[in-house]
Order: sequence, then C-alpha cells, then structure tokens
Amino acid sequence: MSVRMSLRASTGAALAMLAPAVLAAGAIEGETQKRPINVTAIAMFVGFVALTLGITYWAARRTRSRQAFYAAGGNITGLQNGLAIAGDFMSAASFLGISALVYGSGFDGLLYSIGFLVGWPIIMFLIAERLRNLGRYTFADVASFRLGQKPIRILAACGTLVTVLFYLIAQMVGAGQLIKLLFGLDYSNAVIIVGVLMMIYVTFGGMLATTWVQIIKAVLLLFGASFMALMVLVQFGFNIDALFAKAVEVSPKHAAIMGPGGFVKDPVSAISLGLALMFGTAGLPHILMRFFTVADAKEARKSVFYATSFIGYFYILTFIIGFGAIVLVGTDPQYLDAKGGLLGGANMAAVHLAHAVGGNVMLGFISAVAFATILAVVSGLTLAGATAVSHDLYASVFRKGAINDQQEIRVSRIATIALGIVAIILGIVFEKQNVAFMVGLAFAVAASANFPVLVLSMFWKDLTTRGAAVGGFLGLITAVILTVLGPAVWVKTFGHAAAIFPYDTPAVFSMPLAFVASWLFSITDKSTSAQRESDLFLAQFVRSQTGIGASGASQH
Amino acid sequence: MTDDFTQKVLRDPAFQELERKRNRLGWTLTAFILVVYYGFILMVAFSPATLATPLGGMTMSIGLPLGVGIIVLSILITGIYVRRANSEFDTLTNKIKENLK
Repeated sequence: MSVRMSLRASTGAALAMLAPAVLAAGAIEGETQKRPINVTAIAMFVGFVALTLGITYWAARRTRSRQAFYAAGGNITGLQNGLAIAGDFMSAASFLGISALVYGSGFDGLLYSIGFLVGWPIIMFLIAERLRNLGRYTFADVASFRLGQKPIRILAACGTLVTVLFYLIAQMVGAGQLIKLLFGLDYSNAVIIVGVLMMIYVTFGGMLATTWVQIIKAVLLLFGASFMALMVLVQFGFNIDALFAKAVEVSPKHAAIMGPGGFVKDPVSAISLGLALMFGTAGLPHILMRFFTVADAKEARKSVFYATSFIGYFYILTFIIGFGAIVLVGTDPQYLDAKGGLLGGANMAAVHLAHAVGGNVMLGFISAVAFATILAVVSGLTLAGATAVSHDLYASVFRKGAINDQQEIRVSRIATIALGIVAIILGIVFEKQNVAFMVGLAFAVAASANFPVLVLSMFWKDLTTRGAAVGGFLGLITAVILTVLGPAVWVKTFGHAAAIFPYDTPAVFSMPLAFVASWLFSITDKSTSAQRESDLFLAQFVRSQTGIGASGASQH
Repeated sequence: MTDDFTQKVLRDPAFQELERKRNRLGWTLTAFILVVYYGFILMVAFSPATLATPLGGMTMSIGLPLGVGIIVLSILITGIYVRRANSEFDTLTNKIKENLK
C-alpha cells in the first residue's frame, strides 16, 4: 500500500492528492514509508551526479584541443569504447520503452530489440574500420572525403541534427515522466534539470566526460537489469517456460503475447520498421562519432564486438524484465490505477518491477540508473549535434577550415547550449508521446539520409557530389514529411482524424528513394568534378582498407 | 589519374589478398544476417501464426528461441569477424606497410 501512496502522491503533482490517499490507508504508514523511497533514489542520483561532475572537472582540464573535445584525444580503448557505445545506445527508450512494450504486448517487444541489435553486425562488416580509417570527428568527414565539402557537409549536418532532435525528444520525455514519478518533481522541472546537467557535461568535458558518463551508466544499467532479471528467474526456479506460462495466464491478452500481435499492423509496416531499425543504427551520428575516440581500426572493431555483446545481453534482460512485470507488476494492485493501467504511465513497467523484486532500495537504484541513462544518452546526442554545427557547418563550410581549435570549440559550446535549450522545449511539447515511437522516427531519418550517403561514399566509385546531395536530401525530406503525415504525428500530435500516410515508419519508401536518387543523379553527372571525384576513389579506397594516412595512426 | 603511392599499394599482392579476403568475409556475413533477419521479419509480416505456435508442449512459442537466437547469432558473427580481422587481416595490413618502406 505504501508504494501506491508515494507514487500516487508524486505523480499527482498536487499535494491535494496526497490527503485522501493517506487517509485511506492510515496516515502514519503512508508518511513514514514515503520518505525512504525518495531518499534512496535521490541519494543514489545525487551520488551519480557528484561523480560525473567530478569527472567533468577532470575532463575539462584535458579538453583543450578539437581532437580532445570531439574525440577524447583518440585514447579510448576498445573495451572502454564498447561500454561507452552500449551506454550511448541503451537509452531510456530501450530500457523503459521496450520493457513496457513487452509488458503490454509480449513478443512484439522482442521485434524492436532484434531490430536494434542487427544493425551492429552491419556496422562491423561495412562501416567501423573504414569509418575510423577515413574520418576524424564526424561521419561527414568520411562522406565528404572525395566529394564537395560544402553540399555534403550541409547534408550530413542536417541529417545529424534531425536524427539527434527526434532522439532527444524521446529521451527528454522519458526523463520528465520518470523524474516526475520517482522524485515528485514537476515534469517541466525534471526536463530542465536533465537539460542543464547535459549542457554542463558536454560544454566543459566534451567527449572525454561524455564517454565516462556513458561507461559508468552502462555498468550500472547492466548490473541493475541483470539483478532484476535474476530475481524474476529465481521466482520461477530458473524455469523460463514457467514464467511464460504464468504470464499467459495472468495477461489480459493471454496466449496472444507469445506471438506477433497488433503492434506490427501489416507487412509494409513490419518491413519498414525492420529497415529503419537495422540501417538506422548504422546511421546514428552519435554512435558513428564514437569510432573516432579509439586509436585505430583494430580498436574500432573491438569496440563493435564488445558493444554488440553488451547490448544483446541487455535486450535479452529487458525481455525477461517485461515478462516478469506482466506477472509481478500487472497482478499487483499497488502498482495499478483504477482502470488497471500502470501507475505513472505505460513506460513504468520496469520501474515498478524493481520495487516488486528488490523493495525500496532497488526502486531507488533503478530510478537513479534510469535517470543516469537519460543523461548519458542525451549527452552523446547533444555532442554529436553540436559537432555537426561547429565542425561540419561552421568550421568546414562557413570558415572553409580557416579556424583555430579555440574558436571551433567555442562554437561547439554555444551550439551545445542552444541544442540543450531546444531539447528542453521540445521535451515539454512532446510530453504525451510514446517514447519508443519517437526513437523509431529518429532511426528512419538515420536510415534514409545518413546511411545511404555514408555507405555509397565508401563503396561506390561513381558516387558524385550531385548524386549524394540529391539522394541524401530526398531521403531526409521524404522521411520527415512522411513521418509528419503518419499516424504518430498527424493523428496523435496534431489531432487530425486520419493519417495521410498510413504507416508509422517511412523507411521502406524513403531509404530506397535515397539510394535510387543518388545512383541516378550520379550516373547522369558528366561534370569535370564528377570525373575527379571518381579518380580520387582509389586513393580513398586504399586508405579505407589499410588505414595508411589515417588520423591518429602516426602515434604508433 | 591516380597517384604513384596509391598505384603502388594497389599493385601489392598483399593488398589484393587483404581486399579479396575482407570483402568476401564482410559481404558473406552481411548477406547472412540480412537473410536471417528479413526472413524473420517476413514471417512476422506474412505468417505470424507460425511464430506463435507453441514449442513442443511448452507455453513458449517458436518465435521466442528464434528471436533470441538472432540476438545471439549477431554477437557470434561479429566475434568471428573480429577474430579473423585482428589476426589475418592485420598481418596483411602490416605486410602492406612493410612493403612501402
């Protein structure tokens, strides 16, 4: 009972709600039980913030050059980077959103997990080594290696910023909901706290601070999720089928949770979502940027392997956590509201499960970890967005490379603050959206703009600046427009009766369009610059394969 | 119109071997994961009832071990790639660098 008191009190945002709840269950019990929850969660979170601010102070003293600000000096090891990538990628949407999807729909949640993971082998086989060998700070370095700097960098920066903003919205919404529920703070205040902390990490500590925030968070999240999954399995004597049997028995959907259900409505949606998740992963700018923090291609490869292992293990855990929540949370009235929904909203399944298996201490720990998760991911996103502005747009396009380290870092810091403010505003605007959907949108843009341009520039000799620019922008604009016209925005946000574009994920249309347009506008490009770009391919090819001439390679 | 340095590397048998081997392994594994993943997605799209079929007297459906299997498989094949790249491919890369000196 006491949990219901405190959760209801904090979600209610109004003290008025506390009174009837407390009266209903006995004032003393409600009062005394409420405090330990908040103290544990807040103490652990304050501890995390203190530690990360300490790291930021340490990192700030080492962040004097561009190379340090964008790429942590290139001194991160493969294992560290693998953990940081996992920390960057295992977002609040992954943890809260997917466990909530499993809680609500069972098997369908696994579809998201698989889609998020299968992009990693693609990154390993096609992207990681070549990216590290060709670039320095951003994927635009690679895409513009032999192509026209101005159009390609503008395209890459637009692709980066759109992806980053969609993704940021999802994280900010998760942050607001979570902190509102667990710390009793107002939604907007919670979003502002996350935004301000993120701005401090990135502005002062750059990539080095961001990396260590992500590493610490990854370790905490893997530990917390392992503990919860273990506690669920212990209750069923490690018989996973007994867990499923009980879940089928108690779930309102019964046996339907064991197979694909209503979440993927039709074949087109299923394939489109699959494309967006797989190739979107390989086009996420904040993930691609992490490959420049290691010394060479070998460490880049190791990073992908460690990251894939940690992320895959984590997704298996979220599946067990989701099913555990069906059994242990969905049947327990203390976690449910009057209509049978979860207190605090659909995304709280994992948080309630933490209390169910580990009491107030675990609830506090998981709350703090979820908060830390959001901070780590938004920091990585913001750094990637700010780098696109300062390195790709300002330094490379506007100043044409004639800029010193101090000036460029200053622009990056200003961009960080600006992005932070935009993220806070959008986080408040999009309060009521399902966070997993928002991430799906970010992936569609990454798959339709960033990925085609990056992969064609590395693999296809005849790609020209014109082809890449037309294809990339068409993919980007199509993905955004179809997303806006689709059900998630047109109906749920703008309140229209029916969607103009019937699918949530546009990738099945926008991604092939980007490839076809890049091809068509390249082969019909007979300009002299097109010929020169084709000639330069072989030099790029040699460097992408061997790393000879790659940045940082001389340090060996 | 390719510079001498690039020509020299391109003519190096070690480079040709590296490129051939890396391409073959990389694209084979890429094709493999694409077939496995989109095979799974097509089943979700066109034959969801198959995936929902209970597995030999259990509550667990066929889709669960298949889905978790794809996650495990993804980890395994990235591991296979790293293993070969960190030994065989890096040896060839070092040989190419030696040949340039």
